Amino acid sequence: MNHPYSPDIPPFADHPAPRLTRRQVLGRGAQGAAALMLADSWSVRAFGAPAAPNAKPAAKAKSVIQIWMWGGPCHLDTFDPKPGAGKDYCGPLDKPIPTNVDGIQIGQLLPELAKQADKYSIIRGMTHGINGHETASYMVQTGHRPGDGESYPTAGAVVALFKGNRDVYKGLIPPYIVLTKPQGRFSEAGFLGSRGKPFATGGDPSQTKFLVEGVVAQGITEERQQSRRSLLGRLNTLGQSVGEDPELIAASQAEKQAYDLILGDAGKVFDLSQEDKALRERYGNNKFGQCCLVARRLVERGVPYVTINYEGWDTHKGHFQIMTRKLPELDKGMATLLQDLSDRGLLESTIVWWGGEFSRTPKVQWEPPWNGGRNHFGKVFSHVVAGGGFKGGHVVGSSTETGEEVKERPVYPVDLIGSIYDLLGIDGNAKLPHPQGLAVTVMPGAAEAGTTGGKLKEIM
Amino acid sequence: MAAPAAPAPSPYETDGLLMPKGKIDQYVLANLRRLNIQPANLCSDEVFLRRVYLDVIGTLPTAQEAEEFLKDKGADKRRALIDRLLQRPEFADYWAMRWSDLLRVRAEFPINLWPNAAQAYHRWIRDSIRDNMPYDRFVREMLTANGSNFRVGQVNFYRAVRSKTPIGIAEAVALSFMGTRADKWPEEKLAGMAQCFSKISYKPTAEWKEEIVFFDPRKPPTPITNALVLAAATSPTNAPAAAPEPPAVSPPPLKALFPDGTSVAIPPDRDPRAVFADWLITPRNPWFATTVVNRLWAWLLGRGIIHEPDDIRPDNKPVNPELLAYLEKELVIGKYDIRHILRLILNSQVYQLSSVAKSKTPEARANFASYPLRRLEAEVLIDALNQITGTTEKYSSPVPEPFTFIPEDQRSIALPDSSITSSFLELFGRPARDTGLQMERSSATTPDQRLYFLNSSHIQGKIEDGPKFRALFQTVAPDRARGSRRSGDNEKYNRSSKRDRRDRDSDRRGDSDDRDAQAPDAAPANIANALYLSILSRFPTQDELQAVTEYAEKTPSKREAAIDIAWALINSPEFLYRH
Repeated sequence: MNHPYSPDIPPFADHPAPRLTRRQVLGRGAQGAAALMLADSWSVRAFGAPAAPNAKPAAKAKSVIQIWMWGGPCHLDTFDPKPGAGKDYCGPLDKPIPTNVDGIQIGQLLPELAKQADKYSIIRGMTHGINGHETASYMVQTGHRPGDGESYPTAGAVVALFKGNRDVYKGLIPPYIVLTKPQGRFSEAGFLGSRGKPFATGGDPSQTKFLVEGVVAQGITEERQQSRRSLLGRLNTLGQSVGEDPELIAASQAEKQAYDLILGDAGKVFDLSQEDKALRERYGNNKFGQCCLVARRLVERGVPYVTINYEGWDTHKGHFQIMTRKLPELDKGMATLLQDLSDRGLLESTIVWWGGEFSRTPKVQWEPPWNGGRNHFGKVFSHVVAGGGFKGGHVVGSSTETGEEVKERPVYPVDLIGSIYDLLGIDGNAKLPHPQGLAVTVMPGAAEAGTTGGKLKEIM
Repeated sequence: MAAPAAPAPSPYETDGLLMPKGKIDQYVLANLRRLNIQPANLCSDEVFLRRVYLDVIGTLPTAQEAEEFLKDKGADKRRALIDRLLQRPEFADYWAMRWSDLLRVRAEFPINLWPNAAQAYHRWIRDSIRDNMPYDRFVREMLTANGSNFRVGQVNFYRAVRSKTPIGIAEAVALSFMGTRADKWPEEKLAGMAQCFSKISYKPTAEWKEEIVFFDPRKPPTPITNALVLAAATSPTNAPAAAPEPPAVSPPPLKALFPDGTSVAIPPDRDPRAVFADWLITPRNPWFATTVVNRLWAWLLGRGIIHEPDDIRPDNKPVNPELLAYLEKELVIGKYDIRHILRLILNSQVYQLSSVAKSKTPEARANFASYPLRRLEAEVLIDALNQITGTTEKYSSPVPEPFTFIPEDQRSIALPDSSITSSFLELFGRPARDTGLQMERSSATTPDQRLYFLNSSHIQGKIEDGPKFRALFQTVAPDRARGSRRSGDNEKYNRSSKRDRRDRDSDRRGDSDDRDAQAPDAAPANIANALYLSILSRFPTQDELQAVTEYAEKTPSKREAAIDIAWALINSPEFLYRH
């Protein structure tokens, strides 16, 4: 029986079978926004505990907010400006601005983030060399290289497994939340299957009512939810006739948990009308900004992993027009998130991780059909980390004058994710549960990892 | 129109005396007596009807089918229904779905058949089931197939494996047809069997992703493991193994070891797969018949006589060896006719026990003292909901290219490929078909599933806007429905509602008309009858009718009340579980 309240049932013991899983990888179909996978990610014990090797004692971070720059934003326009490279590289964005940390400059459309630079560090030597979305996304989010026949879970699924299991996480809210759409092109869960799936909210928090799929139904009042629930109980003739049955006990416990979200306090985390109006404004009156606010509310309640899948960065055409529109949105939302987390004392225990699967070609493609676009670029890109034990106000590594090569201190996905796990107290050598019982660990062993640049000791 | 009185006390049982009607009953009931376990009562007609539809064709009875069966006074109507269902086209769809889980019919990673190949494989499985191909032939054709993955569907068996090595294939064969997990075998035993699959080659063609699978006598021998060399060396019939040599003009016979310990020397011109297949399908084979009858039993009764059904090994004993032996014998006598075995089980009293268990111990469950409640499979569940509400699903698979689009009227149980994108199917435990293990399909109930059924926009949309329900609800609140729709919709809506209402009336009693249906007092009872019949395949009990009427009375909007009642029935365990 696979539900959070049945820790005593051994794995594979009896009917019904535990959720064995899919091993999905690049190219796996989309999970609809409604793939509400809260329960399974809670019930890690169904497979036999992941040997709960959680928490080395020194864990500094409790939660992660991952701002996934879906499509790949250009480092030159954001956190690694190259004003000296000329129009062919910078386009109109050739006037970077100073930040509140001496010597650090960032893109000119990020003035609010410039005021927060003491809170974050910029990694300017990120690299993996992959230019395809799926493969690059897989590498950046799992830390593993594709190709050994296994499909590893994303960092979010791993963190939910170790920090979101019932031994350490008592919350009613699922431990791995995606705002608002899941990846689609590959499965977050990898071989963890349903136990690694995030709860994807669907909906849009900037609307009057944030319709979280399954939690908030359109047009059904709380009162009607209540009377429906009692009608459901009243009409459960089979349950009353059968009495105690392991299936039905599991079902009714699952239902109770679902109602904790629908009618109980747990679901209120998504109700942004509880927030101060001025603060909501500061986050920005748009989907991304309000997602940042929801993310803060979630980590405030102890949710270990929140991914904001921020769409729209795959700008092959009309790149600079899109940047002019989107970067201010990013700027406001992320800067307010950092400030807000800091004001509430949450930044110390919350890692904010910003970045996409790769960057975009530093050299602008002015020619048709691109007419000022940027293509995929995996050779060098920037990521940003803040909080949870990461020092602020630093720059790690650098790229060359035109941003086309790593100049100093390459950082590979495995290095960054390994550092994040360290801060969370997750042992990279810990075993992951595998459907065929293969010996697989959280992070790749030295042989599989390939080239690394080493963990981010300088900012931890 | 009054509701027919429901059988008391529970609508799920009859109080008829439980008498053995055949060998299955004798063996199971004797076993229960010996263990001092009291079996459940026999199930009611209502329960039998729903159960046998779900178990045989993975499909709910329509309201009309339900009503006809319930009104039928024939003494032999259960047997007649079983025979009818075994001939339905959905039988082939549903059982092909089950076999496709085990035979790993999947276009994408890690099985990676490619969409056209997965479809060809599925089509072959489905057609074989439809045509009642004897099971021994079904397996032999798969194991000896040569040809294109797009044109000879069954060759995909050799592509639907985790590893296309002799060992990987031997493991898949052992799991699929011998119900055993060969990775737990001694190395030597597995390696000996793997020799039978050492002459398979794969080659591409000019067509994108087409692949020819064929017996390749010239394939150089490869030492599979040291253990085999050892085995060959110690085998009395064999000379010490020489180092592998490049193919000579007349290569030596291939030495292989069957899992029962028999060693064979296969001449180079014979396909070793055929030699293996012939060994496998003989009636004396200790695994072959056992595995399939045990699987059939597990599919119908929730667990195997040997459990798990694909974990047959000496220390995993059958709970009822006589029963298992009887079914095996019947399979052989019946010339491997799968429908014959299904018919035997379905007609037994054991299969027709109620799910209201009298003994709730795990031992009682393991010995089939009642019919176990199981959540409907993902595909069956969504098909049932679509049938009730008159809605459909849109399935497509964006990767790999070329995109796969599934016609909208196709049932989910007929989907050929587990790679077809659907968050619903995944949420409700559709297996990825990675491993071929029966337990890969999950029947667990989780909070996220409950959340989805209770409150998601997908389910809400079906209940509120599905054409069948809309037509039905209009009979309680016609004005609101008419007034709230745009004129184009309105016209379509009225048309479909008239048609539907006509259907429904004939479904019900055949003697009602629209004015009756809309009479204020009759409406709640009529709605309740129609909903119960289409959702739960039975009429409501007096108590339920009262609950429904009270709910409708206290709810200001009659339409909302009707929606809520439908919602509650769809969310009840009686709908969500086979019982």
